[in-house]
Amino acid sequence: MQQTASPTPIVSLRDVQKSFGSLKVLDGVSFAVERGEVLAIIGRSGSGKSTALRCIDRFEKVDGGEIIVCGRRVDLPDIDLRALRQDVGIVFQSYNLFPHLTIEQNITLAPCSVKRMGLSEAKALARKVLAQVGLEEKVHAYPEQLSGGQQQRAAIARSLAMQPKVMLFDEVTSALDPELTGEVLKVIEQLAADGMTMVMVTHEMGFARSIADRIVFMHRGKVHETGPASILTAPTTPELVQFVGTGNLKS
Amino acid sequence: MGGHLNINHLLFLGHGALWTIGLSLIALVGGAAVGFVIALARISPLKSVRLLSAAYVQIVQGTPLLVILFLGYFGLAAIGLQTSPLVAAGASLTIYVAAYLGEIWRGSIQSVPKPQWEAAEGLALSRTQRMMKVILPQAVRIATPPTVGFMVQIIKNTSLASVVGFVELMRSGQIVNNSLFEPFVVYAIIAAVYFAMCYPLSLFSQKLERRMGRGSVNPALA
Amino acid sequence: MSIELDFPAVLERWPNFVGGAILTLELAFFATVSGALLGTLAAVGRGTHSRLIARICKVYVEAIRNTPLLVQIFLVYFGLASIGLKLSAFTVAVVALTINVGAYTAEIMRAGFEAIPRGQIEAAEGLALTRFQIYWHIILLPAVEKVYPALTSQFVLLMLASSVCSQISAEELTAVANYIQSDTYRAFETYIIVAVLYILLSLVMRAGFWGLGLVLFPRRRQLGTPL
Ligand SMILES: Nc1ncnc2c1ncn2[C@@H]1O[C@H](COP(=O)(O)OP(=O)(O)OP(=O)(O)O)[C@@H](O)[C@H]1O
Ligand SMILES: [Mg+2]
Repeated sequence: MQQTASPTPIVSLRDVQKSFGSLKVLDGVSFAVERGEVLAIIGRSGSGKSTALRCIDRFEKVDGGEIIVCGRRVDLPDIDLRALRQDVGIVFQSYNLFPHLTIEQNITLAPCSVKRMGLSEAKALARKVLAQVGLEEKVHAYPEQLSGGQQQRAAIARSLAMQPKVMLFDEVTSALDPELTGEVLKVIEQLAADGMTMVMVTHEMGFARSIADRIVFMHRGKVHETGPASILTAPTTPELVQFVGTGNLKS
Repeated sequence: MGGHLNINHLLFLGHGALWTIGLSLIALVGGAAVGFVIALARISPLKSVRLLSAAYVQIVQGTPLLVILFLGYFGLAAIGLQTSPLVAAGASLTIYVAAYLGEIWRGSIQSVPKPQWEAAEGLALSRTQRMMKVILPQAVRIATPPTVGFMVQIIKNTSLASVVGFVELMRSGQIVNNSLFEPFVVYAIIAAVYFAMCYPLSLFSQKLERRMGRGSVNPALA
Repeated sequence: MSIELDFPAVLERWPNFVGGAILTLELAFFATVSGALLGTLAAVGRGTHSRLIARICKVYVEAIRNTPLLVQIFLVYFGLASIGLKLSAFTVAVVALTINVGAYTAEIMRAGFEAIPRGQIEAAEGLALTRFQIYWHIILLPAVEKVYPALTSQFVLLMLASSVCSQISAEELTAVANYIQSDTYRAFETYIIVAVLYILLSLVMRAGFWGLGLVLFPRRRQLGTPL
């Protein structure tokens, strides 16, 4: 690896290739995320956004290229998966809370069993992260007793409890009503303000424009256009013009 | 007989296997007839009928088949009937199978979607007509895979009739063994014959289930 | 046609009946615990990447589910004897019942495993849990919770089916009954009493599993969802 004076990015992808069977989903994707930066990935359905995100946490193995996350080569076969996943938090569209555990148990499970944290310490931590997402009063509730927005906030809290260096969000609001979407976006906004490094796939263009430091527009498995949030209001490629023009830019 | 396993032993076992099939059919036909009544009684509009049939199911499903066989065998004698192992086994298996088939079929009838019941009512059909023309034809489709699956249980359970002296496959195995003194070999052969009878039915039931597209847990069976 | 029933003559032997019922419960208890373990292992085995292990588990499950328990008991009885293992009839019965109920448990558990959504496992992987921790917390416990009613029915059926062990003279309720009826010549009365005892035993077992379910699955208790 090269030794440079400039800060090394927390996440960097270089020329990443990925196919499912004969379908080329990622065709030379490159981007980097610096510490404290918020990167939003946008693009049409099927353009490869989720796949790119999942490659970062190695839920998908890449066919070629290089991915470095927190100084680890994620593309290599000998990657220490569990160390990687302690540094990376991931939140899914479908929350995936564990239905048989209370919110508190959902949150304390990983700190207790992965980091060998004591139970009382983990419970205190659970309260802290639940306060961050505004759900203190739901510690002892079960997931099914929560609204979709609350479940998604609890899932974010669960990831935060592992004190990740970077958070990945994959369309975390697209299963939610507009009003519930708002409460989840507010939590993410606060995280950004607190300096959390984040990569998020989103369809909320207005939100992306307001909190993202940089935008990656994906099209047919490639990074078609990238730049600061301002590219959403002044797109240069015809594809991004069309994408933001077709009612995707909500404010 | 005696000495080594020979063709006569195998013929004798084959004869027993035929009786296993015969007894299974008796149990299936008898159990189906009584079980159908039980299924209808379990959803009867009359509370007393519902309670009685539920009690029947609870009692039979709470008693081992072996004990039911003994009750059949000694019960028929107790009421003064000249009893034969065939009658005792046939009657006991009928009682037993009826309770299980009745429950399977009640479940199938009740899982016919609600709108179908309401539509049938809306057509001003009588209760019997609704059952016969609308509900049962659909319930039969739902009931087929678990019923075929239960036929496997019936075949296996007929082996207990050997205990009251009915010479089916298991009992003929014991008789052969009494002259051969090779229990492990004999029972392995018996097991293989049962497997050959049951496995195709199991596969068929699984295939039907897949075709119905329901990955439900089978009813508990022993 | 007249029936003369003499229950007092048989009920005199109530200590024997109670003793037999307790033995049956013991038999069912040991077979349930070890059969649940064996069945869970077989269900896990059927889902492993190793073709050989998956195949062995499938053969085991299908062989047991398609042959009568009575034949299995004799095979185990004479099989263990032929390899020189001299075990009590009761121990042989536990072994045979374990092998039997293990196969049914495996099928039930497999359905439970298949009902765990893929996303649950990914979420756990994303939290850096080890494979074993994922198996335990995210797959096994929720799967057991899902199939708990089916498991309960299966284990009650096992208790009832254990009556067949009387055929290898294992000490349990039906064997005790066989002995009492040959002693008193009151067969019908004896088996009626035994039937009532089995019904009571199955109610006791169901109540026990219901109580255990409340302890094991606090969510069901708190939300009041039926088990
Ligand atoms: N596990 C998989 N196996 C096969 N094909 C897959 C798999 N995952 C994704 N694909 C395919 O890869 C392509 C890109 O999928 P991806 O989920 O990355 O798109 P996306 O940009 O996230 O779309 P959306 O906005 O709908 O979520 C799609 O055509 C999808 O069908
Ligand atoms: Mg996606």
